[in-house]
Amino acid sequence: MSLAEPTTAGRTTADAASRHPDAGRPGRTRYRDNPEAVLALVQPDRVHRDLYIDPEIFELEQQHFFANTWNYVGHDSQIPKAGDWIRNEIAGQPLIVVRHSDDSVRVLMNRCAHKGSRLVSAPCGNTGRHFRCPYHAWTFRTDGSLLSMPLKNGYEGTRLHECEAAQGLATVKNVRLHRGFIFVKLNDAGPGFEEYFGDSLSSIDNMADRSPEGKLEIAGGCLKFMHGCNWKMFVENLNDTMHPMVVHESSAGTAKRMWLDKPPDAPKPMAIEQFVPFMSEYDFFEKMGVRVFPNGHSFSGVHFSIHSKYSAIPAYEEAMLKAYGPERTREILSLVRHNTVYYPNLTIKGAIQAIRVARPIAVDKTLVESWTFRLVGAPRELLHRTTMYSRLINSPFSVVGHDDLNAYRGIQEGLHAGGNPWISLHRNHDPNENGLQDLTCVGTSEVSMRNQYRAWSRYMTLTM
Amino acid sequence: MTTTAFDPHATGLAPADVTERRLIDFVVREARLLDEKRYAEWNLLFTDDAYYWVPLTPDQPDGIEWTSHLYEDKLLREIRIERLKSPRAFSQQPPTRSHHLLQTPTVESADPASGTWVVRSEFHYTESQGDELHLFVGTCFHHLVLEGGSLKMKLKRVNLINSDAALPAVQLFV
Repeated sequence: MSLAEPTTAGRTTADAASRHPDAGRPGRTRYRDNPEAVLALVQPDRVHRDLYIDPEIFELEQQHFFANTWNYVGHDSQIPKAGDWIRNEIAGQPLIVVRHSDDSVRVLMNRCAHKGSRLVSAPCGNTGRHFRCPYHAWTFRTDGSLLSMPLKNGYEGTRLHECEAAQGLATVKNVRLHRGFIFVKLNDAGPGFEEYFGDSLSSIDNMADRSPEGKLEIAGGCLKFMHGCNWKMFVENLNDTMHPMVVHESSAGTAKRMWLDKPPDAPKPMAIEQFVPFMSEYDFFEKMGVRVFPNGHSFSGVHFSIHSKYSAIPAYEEAMLKAYGPERTREILSLVRHNTVYYPNLTIKGAIQAIRVARPIAVDKTLVESWTFRLVGAPRELLHRTTMYSRLINSPFSVVGHDDLNAYRGIQEGLHAGGNPWISLHRNHDPNENGLQDLTCVGTSEVSMRNQYRAWSRYMTLTM
Repeated sequence: MTTTAFDPHATGLAPADVTERRLIDFVVREARLLDEKRYAEWNLLFTDDAYYWVPLTPDQPDGIEWTSHLYEDKLLREIRIERLKSPRAFSQQPPTRSHHLLQTPTVESADPASGTWVVRSEFHYTESQGDELHLFVGTCFHHLVLEGGSLKMKLKRVNLINSDAALPAVQLFV
């Protein structure tokens, strides 16, 4: 990639990169070991296109950014019994999330201590009391410790016991559960869990509190939709309230138009209730509000959201009143947030009990997983509403999703154009917003994206 | 075509008229309507309470407690069909084309007394858009009934062999 940008604006990156002693040399890289050049990609009100299209930036994100941030790896209802495990990958590293015999959740590297084979290859399963490598039958307890290996005496007098191999599986030290949501941070650098998420955890709390028993259970299956774009386009879009009425005119707009012909007293199908609010006016999204937190987190729908007007389910409200009493029930159900972004890889919809997880595959490839939850103790209609929403909006067959993906792919390609290497995030920019701990703005502000990239700069360069 | 000009919308059928040949022709013509983008005619092949279903797992018991790729009643199919006419269906620029390649369907069950039949078809389904081409493979079940003397789908269930895999956008009708 050429260092020269065909523009007079935004020379900062190229300048910083060219000051690096390796810059421009064959076989040398532009951003590796060059935090100054990385930092120059993010300005308070705009970001450089290399965040989205440069393969080296993607490699560095895997190595630094995703290892330095807290990432979601699953929900503990997926592994209820000792020995239950799920497979995952964070920062390009293969992980096993397992319920240990003492009932705690452990996160292990999916890599045999012997020759590096992965230990499990299905998406999930139960391993009993130990993992057994399918190559040479070394076995490991579910806390990762080495249990046995065949013909042990072959290692007598060798250096094995001084080496990593004898220590068992590498484990992830920084593992935290919040209302069943399991997060990991692979590196030791950076803030602890509470400091990292702070008050943004109120969205997860609200989703769990919506169960009369305060408990969530993964249910309904996982939609996996492959996106031909960088992960950031997807994550940014979750709090982008300036796109729905444009991008979704053909789907939500069609639904709205078709419903206009129906008599006013006709019962409104759930699908119509879910589609039509996407076509709300700018004013609606503006008044909805967006709130940002340190470290890149944010949610749209501070005051109300596109989920506010769903029909009541009387049996559910009864169950809630019985469990919590009128005041607390009102408090829980009046928080109807839109999307909450737990930066970088988790986005949740507490009001509809659906989450989406961004799994970066390559600079221009991202897997978006959509999971749905059952509110334990709530009537089944709640899960039905949730699975319908996920299928209408998040499926690879979704007419809403098709037009979102088309927009992301359009950016992925458009950014290769010459003349302007910058992405504008100027909407409602206030020079004083940087450094504020907790900020609520008009819902159409691009503050959530600026906030994401402030965190990106920090965690990208923290270990460089 | 030199053989019978089969009309999937044929009326006046009695259960005894529903031969294996007629059932097979129905499935073949249904696929052809899709590939010729005659979606309004295609939608008439469903009963009013019918579902068009692409489950998330091959043995998925229902489309309510489980999420699906697609579980569409008449209204949702109509929205999907109407959307394709919109000049602002941005993901359809250029428009996708579809192609169904079917193995000879087999009649899995026939109950003329109650007027219900299940026909099974193995398929290769292809979507192309611009320079991209995606292939989907699976088994399709047509649950057919006689309604007002016409064969209609009460359920079209499409089991993709990789339904639980990460899929690209699938934009038309499998």
